[in-house]
Formats: sequence, C-alpha cells, structure tokens
Amino acid sequence: MMDMRVNLGKLSLKNPVVTASGTFGYGLEFSPYGDLAKLGGFVVKGLSLKPRMGNPVPRLAETPCGMLNAIGLQNAGVNAFLRGMLPQLPWRETAVIANLYACDPDEFGELASILAAEEGVAALEVNISCPNVKEGGVLFGQDPAQAARVTEAVKKRAGDKPVIVKLSPNVTDIAAIARAAENAGADILSLINTLSGMSVDIRTRKPRLANVIGGLSGPAIKPVALRCVHQVRKAVSIPIMGMGGISSAEDALEFILVGANAVQVGTANFMRPDFSFRLVDELPLLLKKIGAKSLDEYRGSLRLD
Amino acid sequence: MKIEGGQCDDVRVLSCAPAGETGRKYGMWVLDVENPGWPKVIAGQFAMLRPERFGLTLVWGRPLSICRAEPDRIRFFFQEAGRGTAVMAGLAPGEKLTLWGPLGKGYAVEPETPTLLLAGGMGLAPFVEYVLSHPAPQNLHLVFGHKPELSCYPFDALACGRGREAHREEKPGDLEAFLAVLDERVKAYADGLVLACGPKPFLTAVARLGAKYGARTQISLENRMACGVGACLGCVEEDARGHYAQVCKRGPVFWTKDLKFFQGAGS
Ligand SMILES: Cc1cc2nc3c(=O)[nH]c(=O)nc-3n(C[C@H](O)[C@H](O)[C@H](O)COP(=O)(O)OP(=O)(O)OC[C@H]3O[C@@H](n4cnc5c(N)ncnc54)[C@H](O)[C@@H]3O)c2cc1C
Ligand SMILES: Cc1cc2nc3c(=O)[nH]c(=O)nc-3n(C[C@H](O)[C@H](O)[C@H](O)COP(=O)(O)O)c2cc1C
Ligand code: FES
Repeated sequence: MMDMRVNLGKLSLKNPVVTASGTFGYGLEFSPYGDLAKLGGFVVKGLSLKPRMGNPVPRLAETPCGMLNAIGLQNAGVNAFLRGMLPQLPWRETAVIANLYACDPDEFGELASILAAEEGVAALEVNISCPNVKEGGVLFGQDPAQAARVTEAVKKRAGDKPVIVKLSPNVTDIAAIARAAENAGADILSLINTLSGMSVDIRTRKPRLANVIGGLSGPAIKPVALRCVHQVRKAVSIPIMGMGGISSAEDALEFILVGANAVQVGTANFMRPDFSFRLVDELPLLLKKIGAKSLDEYRGSLRLD
Repeated sequence: MKIEGGQCDDVRVLSCAPAGETGRKYGMWVLDVENPGWPKVIAGQFAMLRPERFGLTLVWGRPLSICRAEPDRIRFFFQEAGRGTAVMAGLAPGEKLTLWGPLGKGYAVEPETPTLLLAGGMGLAPFVEYVLSHPAPQNLHLVFGHKPELSCYPFDALACGRGREAHREEKPGDLEAFLAVLDERVKAYADGLVLACGPKPFLTAVARLGAKYGARTQISLENRMACGVGACLGCVEEDARGHYAQVCKRGPVFWTKDLKFFQGAGS
C-alpha cells in the first residue's frame, strides 16, 4: 500500500484527506457513516468567541453543479465546543482542526489563545473572509495588509499550534494575499473559500437566500480553485491545503498535481455522507493506477513545458 | 464513538410507478428501492435519496419520508416539485441511487392513547408506516385532506379502528368545510395525541387547533435540506427558546410547543 502520510510543516496527517469547515459539522454528525479516525483530519465548523445565531432561512440554494450558502456562522461559541464536543472527538487518532472566525484582530488573538491551550486541537485555521468591522467593513481576506495583521495576531497567541490561513477567491490577486500571510508567519495556507454569488426566483421575484448574497461551492468552482492553488503554489513556499469542488479521487489528485500538500473536501460531503471516508481508500488506488510512484513524487509534478 | 444516525448505501431501484391510475397526471409516484438492511424505522423518519443520474448537476440528495419499510424494500411516495423529483420520476428498475437513512426523529407512538392522524396531500406518506406498524391500530383515527383523486393515494391500506375519512378539495368552500372537520376532531382528541403532516398552512391550522384545545400535537416540517445529518445548518427552524434547530436532526417531527413558529398559533 502506498504511503499516504503527509507533513505540512509541524502538522502531520496520516493521509491528505481533510474535511472542510462548515461542511462536516463537528465531526460527530458523520460518525455513523465512517470512522473519523480514518481521515487525515477534519476542520470543524467556524468558531467564534461568543455563540452566534446565524442568518435567517432560507440559507441554502442548490445551483447548477453547486450550491450557495449563507449560514452566517451559526455556532455555539468556542467554549461550548471545547467543553461539549472536543472531548468526544478522536483527536488522538486524527487531526482536529479548529476554524476561527472573528471581526477584529484582537478577537482573533483571543480565540487563538483559548484554542492554543487545548491538547485536542491540532491546528488553527483562520477564516479571513469576514468583514473587519473596525475598519469599516473591508474584508480581511481582500487586503494584504489586513490579512497580515490577522495572521500576526493569531500567530502571536497560537503557541506551538500550526496556523493555517484560509484564503478567499474573491480577490484580484490571490498570490499577493498569500504572500502577505506567509510573511506574517502563516504556517500553512488553505484555499479556496466560497465564491460570492447569488440566485433569484423569477416567479416570486425574490432572492433564493434570505441574505440575498451567499457563497458558491461545489463542482462548479473547481476550475477557479485549481487556478488559485496553482498561482499560490508559485508565490509561496509554505504548504497548501487545496479545496473547491472536489467530488472524486480524480479531483483530489488534480489539486495535488498543481502542488497542494493536502486537500479539503466540502460540498461533496453532502452528495453522500461517506464521501470523505471513501476518498481515503480511493486515493492511493488511483495514484497507483495512473502510475505515480508516490504521493510525494506526484505532488506538484504539473508539466508546464 | 458512534452517535445516532442512519447508514449510507448504494441501492438499486426496484420500481418507480405512477401512484394509482391517474398518478401520472399529477406527477405522483411510488418509488421502491432495495432495503440495505436498515434497523427498525420509526414512522416519521425520512431518508435522503440521490440517484446516480443527478451526476454533478444536482449536488444534494432529496429528503423523502419513509412511506413503508419492509425487509426487502423501502417505499417512498413523492410528487414532482422541481428538477430533482422530475429526474426521480424517470428512474428505471436496476438504476443506482445513494440512500442515507433512516434519519431524524419520528412520531410518538403511544399504543393506549387515542391518536388522531391528520394528513394533507403528500403528508399521507409517513402515516402509511405509522398505521401499518402501530401496535394498536384500533386506537387510531385518520383524517385526510386531498386534491387529486383518492385513488392516487395509499389510503385504502390504512385500517384505523376509530375512524378513517377522506375529504377532497374540489371547489371553493371545501377548504373551510375541511377546517371545520379538523376543529371538531382535534377537540375530540384534546386528551389524546394529535399527529400531523402536510403543507405548512395546514400544519399551522393544526397547531392552532392543538393549542386551542390543549391537545398534545406533533407536526413534521419540510425545510430545505442539503446534508440531512445535522452538519450544514441549512435546514434550521427557530425553536421555542429562540435557537435555530436542525430540522433534519431534532425533527422533522416536533412537538408544536417546542417551535417558535407555532407558539403564537393559539392566539
Ligand atoms: C423531512 C422531509 C420529508 C419529505 N417527504 C416528502 C414525501 O414523502 N413526499 C414528497 O413528495 N415530498 C416530500 N418532501 C419534500 C421534497 O423533499 C421536495 O419536494 C423535493 O426535495 C423537491 O426537490 P426538487 O429537486 O424536485 O425541487 P427543486 O425546487 O428543484 O429543489 C431545489 C432544492 O430545494 C429543496 N426543496 C424544494 N422544495 C422543497 C420542499 N417542499 N421541502 C423540502 N425541500 C425542498 C430540494 O430538496 C432541493 O434541494 C419532504 C421534505 C422533507 C424535508
Ligand atoms: C454550508 C457551508 C458552510 C461553510 N462554513 C464555513 C465556515 O464556517 N468557515 C470556513 O472557513 N469555510 C466555510 N465553508 C467553506 C468551505 O469550507 C469550503 O472552503 C468551500 O465550500 C469550498 O469547498 P467545496 O467546493 O469542496 O465545498 C462553508 C461551506 C459550506 C458549503
Ligand atoms: S440538512 Fe444539513 S443540517 Fe439539516
């Protein structure tokens, strides 16, 4: 059997399959469908300092080859997660990654310091796709200077936990944001988050989401995601977790081919709840089938001549 | 550790046929698929179905109530309502679909309690399993409101000892008459159990009557779902404490007193 272990700097995973934040609950929801410990890791739903109620419904709309969501980061707050859920998760056997959401750098830092103290948390993934309320609503993820400030704030208080900065594709130059995060101390980058989108109903003349605008995910965004990973791979030297529309082992390998060290699976978990568990088995078989010698040999081997 | 939830399997379609002689006209179908070895089903639970034919185009499974669970087959009863159900209507025997279930919380079963079942249209689906698996059907009373012919519905199979009645809405005024029947029946079951499934306006009416007569009432919600397993937080409904609860997990069957939407139903 091919060795599927990957090291993303300090973060070691037993295989490159990680589930994406917001699509895998807190993990337990999927435990009837597979062994969580089998996954390379899972990123839990975005956590904020205080509980958040989230957006009104409808929060979801299905679109061709994808979906829009405007959940609004409903979550019970970081403390409820640490007390109620983390102890039930198999964090000794697999990487449980926390996803952080806040609206100013101080709050990000505070969240980071709370999570850094937890043995069960393998790494911190910073969601910089929210507006900076203090700076008048500029998205952290859309401005290199702001992305750097958040990265620094988290890094300073993250102790020895690897810090993953999650990039938004809704920017003109994703490589510039990636470099800013790397220079500010990010250990790993993950990308992409959802693409900003919208859907309307011509009969009722209403938007399909109560929030009007939402985030597009699923197979429809894969070409955009691949392009982003390709550009970021050329721009930085830190490890990358690639995601966006992965719905087969072939898709996962495409991301690895352009240089991703690991992949995250989001919307495909809704296509069938055992998707990610199956992907763990399918990936080495497919690598072998296409004649790759190893995962390391295959990674980043895109021929650009 | 394992928590409660269903199982996910690739199963074959056994048959998909129009419901009754005129079912095709209304786009109403009975779909039988292989039973992949489910444990006991509680009536009111549902499953997510995602035919292979959805390809990459339709990313979500479709939630359907479990109409009947038998050792060799699971039966669903559905109406075409959009793209996904239109594809499902064309399913041929032998085709593959991904099935995850049984999901969510079903209806209360209290064998000795006189129980009133109120179904509107496709809302009859979960009551097929309910009646056929109930330990004491002599304590059941079914009131069914429908628009297409009765022959499109699996109504005849449902023997309920305390009564069984169907009311068809054909002309203006029929709806008011039906609501008056509902009022009388709920009143008669004020000390019993009232269970309802159907369109939201129907559920609202039932919840209001339940509150009016102090009857313990459960209803089943049909919120839009993506994962079906409590993870995406897309299907939420505001509960009585003002929190958003996942319908796929805390429901789809709820006591009306636990939902905010129906709190004001009594006034
Ligand atoms: C718990 C539960 C049980 C259900 N049981 C039955 C049943 O036994 N028989 C039956 O005919 N129908 C049932 N429904 C409704 C059924 O799921 C929808 O009619 C169906 O999903 C419509 O899909 P579509 O692709 O044809 O429509 P589209 O409008 O193309 O669907 C787009 C998206 O919206 C969702 N959606 C659209 N309408 C509804 C709706 N009314 N309720 C929920 N989601 C919707 C779809 O699932 C899909 O994800 C149930 C719904 C739920 C939540
Ligand atoms: C319902 C839903 C909720 C999400 N919630 C979060 C979140 O809380 N934090 C986050 O960083 N990303 C969130 N995402 C984005 C995903 O993690 C992922 O970046 C995106 O969906 C692209 O991957 P995919 O095409 O495989 O789904 C969410 C996505 C979906 C579909
Ligand atoms: S459908 Fe995803 S939480 Fe209910």
